Amino acid sequence: MALIDIFNNLANPTRFLALTNRVLPWLTALTVIVLVYGLYRVAYAPDDYQQGATVKIMFLHVPAAWLAMMGWGLMAVAAFGTLVWRHPLADVAARAAAPIGAAFTFICLVTGSLWGRPMWGTYWVWDARLTSVLVLFLLYLGMLALYWTAEDPNRSARAAAILALVGAINIPIIKFSVDWWNTLHQPASVIRMGGSAIDPSILVPLLIMALAFTLLFLLLLLLNMRNEILRRRVRSMRMMQAASI
Amino acid sequence: MTLGPHASFIVAAYIVTVVVVISMIAWILRDYAAQRRILGDLEQRGIKRRSQASRGDET
Repeated sequence: MALIDIFNNLANPTRFLALTNRVLPWLTALTVIVLVYGLYRVAYAPDDYQQGATVKIMFLHVPAAWLAMMGWGLMAVAAFGTLVWRHPLADVAARAAAPIGAAFTFICLVTGSLWGRPMWGTYWVWDARLTSVLVLFLLYLGMLALYWTAEDPNRSARAAAILALVGAINIPIIKFSVDWWNTLHQPASVIRMGGSAIDPSILVPLLIMALAFTLLFLLLLLLNMRNEILRRRVRSMRMMQAASI
Repeated sequence: MTLGPHASFIVAAYIVTVVVVISMIAWILRDYAAQRRILGDLEQRGIKRRSQASRGDET
């Protein structure tokens, strides 16, 4: 019940903006602190016994991959909010998450390529994991094209919500691609049955970096949602201006 | 901290990440400044949103 009240309260963009402005300084400070601590732990993390120092790329690649999927997952949940509850901020959240998710997917693809070249001998291979992440990136680009070409955000909201829900099918495909198909990409080693396969000396910095990236994602999301609310206000005021002429 | 024979790949990965994140932050902050400027301009001309006009106040 309390959760429903919170959602109802946040349905008011003015109230949401006031809350965001209060939260942003604290979230910024927390993100910087966790990120700096994470990078410090990364700098002193030991080399992997097989991969040597290239394991340091993992501290960027894995959190970026998680957030690439989380971004689309968030858009799928928001799509549900748009189609079922018509929550005023659901489309705002989805629209704000799209470019951030695309950026993290891009980071995941590029860092993966740069990790693959010294370890696999190639920047790219068309295996299930890499291809499904590339599909996710293309879905993000499609979503951005849909948002940026639509004049009226209310009209694009429904189409974007349907695309987000259809595209969500790709998320479990990415996650389980390494189990379902024979891939060059290594199988799951952090989140898997039987616990993590990574030594704590590397796992702990990885989890701290994952937390730092998640905080960064939330920070960028709130900032971008604030922009989107202001953009809709501008549009509303211009319509009022046009109507009064 | 030594980065071994593949240092260029590691450094390139970190540079790309930093450039993408900083570009993202800069783009969002520039967009915020632009929206605030347009909004301020419209308000200065006495234009109100529908919700403000119906209430006759500022929120």
